Amino acid sequence: MRDSTAAAIATNRFGLGARPGELAACVEDPRGWLEAQLKGPPPIIADPALQSTATMVATIDKVRAQNRVLRAGNPSALIAAVVKLGEIYRPAYVAEVTARLRLASTTDRPFVERITQFWSNHFAVSVDKAIILGVAGSYEREAIRPKVLGSFQDLLMAVERHPAMLLYLDNFRSVGPDSMLAVRAQERAGKTLGINENLAREIMELHTLGVDGGYTQADVTAFAKVITGWSIGATGKGIQAGGTPGEFYFRPNIHEPGAQTVRGRHYSQAGLGQGQSVLVDLAHSPATAQHIATQLARHFIADDPPPDLVNKVAQVFLRSGGDLPAVYRALIAEEAAWWQPLTKFKTPNDYVISAWRALDMPIDDARKVPPVFANLGQRVWSPNSPAGWPDRSADWDGASALMQRLRWADEIGQRFGARVNAVQLASQILGTTLSDNTRVALTRAASAAQAVTLLLAAPEFMRR
Amino acid sequence: MDTLLMKRRRFLQGAALVTGGALLTTRRSFAGTGGDSRLIVVIMRGAVDGLAAVPPYGDPDYARLRGGLAIAAPGATDGALRLDNLFGLHPQLTFLQESFAAGELTVFHAAATGYRDRSHFDGQDVLESGVIVPHAAQTGWLNRALAAQPKTAGHGAERGVALGSNVPLIMRGPAAVASWAPTKLAELDEDTLQRIADLYSRDPMLGQRLGDAQAANTMAGDDSSGMRAGANNRYEEIIRATAGLLANDAGPRVAVFDTTGWDTHANEGGARGQLGNRLGALDGALRNLKTQLGPTWRNTAILAVTEFGRTAAVNGTGGSDHGTGTAAFLLGGAVHGGRVISDWPGLSAANLYQQRDVKPTLDVRAVFKGTLVEHMGVPAGSLDTVFPDSESVKPLRDLFRA
Repeated sequence: MRDSTAAAIATNRFGLGARPGELAACVEDPRGWLEAQLKGPPPIIADPALQSTATMVATIDKVRAQNRVLRAGNPSALIAAVVKLGEIYRPAYVAEVTARLRLASTTDRPFVERITQFWSNHFAVSVDKAIILGVAGSYEREAIRPKVLGSFQDLLMAVERHPAMLLYLDNFRSVGPDSMLAVRAQERAGKTLGINENLAREIMELHTLGVDGGYTQADVTAFAKVITGWSIGATGKGIQAGGTPGEFYFRPNIHEPGAQTVRGRHYSQAGLGQGQSVLVDLAHSPATAQHIATQLARHFIADDPPPDLVNKVAQVFLRSGGDLPAVYRALIAEEAAWWQPLTKFKTPNDYVISAWRALDMPIDDARKVPPVFANLGQRVWSPNSPAGWPDRSADWDGASALMQRLRWADEIGQRFGARVNAVQLASQILGTTLSDNTRVALTRAASAAQAVTLLLAAPEFMRR
Repeated sequence: MDTLLMKRRRFLQGAALVTGGALLTTRRSFAGTGGDSRLIVVIMRGAVDGLAAVPPYGDPDYARLRGGLAIAAPGATDGALRLDNLFGLHPQLTFLQESFAAGELTVFHAAATGYRDRSHFDGQDVLESGVIVPHAAQTGWLNRALAAQPKTAGHGAERGVALGSNVPLIMRGPAAVASWAPTKLAELDEDTLQRIADLYSRDPMLGQRLGDAQAANTMAGDDSSGMRAGANNRYEEIIRATAGLLANDAGPRVAVFDTTGWDTHANEGGARGQLGNRLGALDGALRNLKTQLGPTWRNTAILAVTEFGRTAAVNGTGGSDHGTGTAAFLLGGAVHGGRVISDWPGLSAANLYQQRDVKPTLDVRAVFKGTLVEHMGVPAGSLDTVFPDSESVKPLRDLFRA
């Protein structure tokens, strides 16, 4: 049904901000425009310059080993040859951030891209840990992107066995206290090895059930034992022996033997299957359905989404067995999702991408891309915690944060203003959400550059 | 050691005897309205390992539980910096030790909020909201305390400032607050700013934020060349701005900033290593803060707090997992320091909380309340709205110099 306000909502809130022409393309049937994007395989980033996680992790293992040899040798002669790992991570990070922006700023399936970035943040890794700088982008390409139009269970499984997640939340070297390796270390060297419960806790708290989803400390500990052995292949000794370097590898010798009880269920499978069974159950739990529905509705609809809407989406999640396209369709089928435009304050990430789309800006120098996000307060893949970036207005609408946006908007206006008719562009990308107040201000701007700055500063461009 | 523990218990019992609001109003003269007092809250996000920051080296179970993370006794190589016969400071905390010796640091141990689960996000929410149920409040206790302060002339409308791009929950609420963040983008010209202000004239939220940002920039002495915070001086700019804002008599009285990187699940390190480096960086930042505050230091109190502690035992990867009781710090020229306040529960298996964590014996809200009343002049009668449902948690007294 033709609806110009719905078109503004579809492109700006469910999409990534309208490109010129996009509103016109979807105004006849905004919901249908979104649904059509869910068909077909998810877009991938095919850039031969980007490395796989396995290549990166294997390279790092090798360089670390070489560095150890160099440091052990004649210091002055060899220390100079030690390779700084950051010099390997940084170019990979720059290339990944740029490739991601290039896709986001040009894609004609922006709904799918927003969905992808939502999941990437839901299953967050952070460059707070140095090695993640080298693998955050490949993690998103490998574990998230191909799975966002499949089932939640498959997405969850891909994430929890991905080396980036196993590195970020420490599981790759979590050792079952009664595992073969731990027993041997105790006997031979009197060394006590044990579990690290970080990943197990965050899977339940953040990735699936939610903090109030019904689990205890005992469940966290048992689950941590269940997933001991979920690790990464390497070429070292002991805990680093075996598997294909840089790829997921189940290490039987550090897996805690025996059955475990998690949330009242008994898991007696041996080896890898035990953890997979727990994950399957977590993926289909009603608490997970509720948690995911809440997160999605908060991201796509409003900071405090209507509880009815959340419940309906959760029901579809459960009934469909976590079929993600069905869940997305349920989300946009709700009338409440279309009640009013501009309910969400853009994050810096949203803001930058939407500006790029509106102005169709080129990317001349890849090295200048990551600092744009960092200066606006949201360095890509760098949330302070495994919870990912927060998703409410109050988390992003600080005075200094606003000022940073305006300074950047000013820089963009000065760089690109000359070739843009801001008044025309404003109605093309904002449609009926463009206010008279803003329209008049753009008309009266002192220069073409200033008009673009004002467009990017406008209240209706700050929100989605 | 026994006598010291006894003394600590008695101290706390003494504090607990102070029940009604009446006694709390018999406060020291200069602090009467909190007018000159400055308060800086440093939120250490990620759960600081209290057993590393303030090692109870004298506890008989400490070294065994901590394994490779244990800090040696004072006097040994890389040993703890001695506070008393039970507690020391992490060897990287040299400024804190000097402050303790100068009577300007009080250390609290086995402290926790009322939150007893182990989620960072819920724990931080409770720490900041001052409400025991996670996510039950949209405002923070520090902001509500500002709103409850008696109004006095002589300083700006905004009594609080958040250093960082956004305002953390602890500072959100009814009282107007400013925020300040480092910049390296160029400033906008007056004309463009004026036009943006006009654009926001019908948008109260954006209009307010824009006004706040302009006010904060002027006050922080922000030159638009804007030095960048590098890896080695991660706190440098924040400290410079905090000092600049608080030393200004017309500026805010209360500041809050975040520190991160405390979630040490793996390779935590002992005297040296990951956590030691973080502690050392914060210690250096606090030293700079004192220097830059100049004479204002005399009226300043700094509260450094975290959401909860970490497991008493080292985990399987040379780190520690989420726990409960931990350490907190009250530092500054206004502080009646040189003391460790702790009803130390001990680290024997029977005394650990749920057989794994330091058992909390001190509610940090008692410290917050004592600070607000004694130092910031918040009326004791307002504490109910600042910390709802916490009647049983009495303010600690005598935390500040007469």
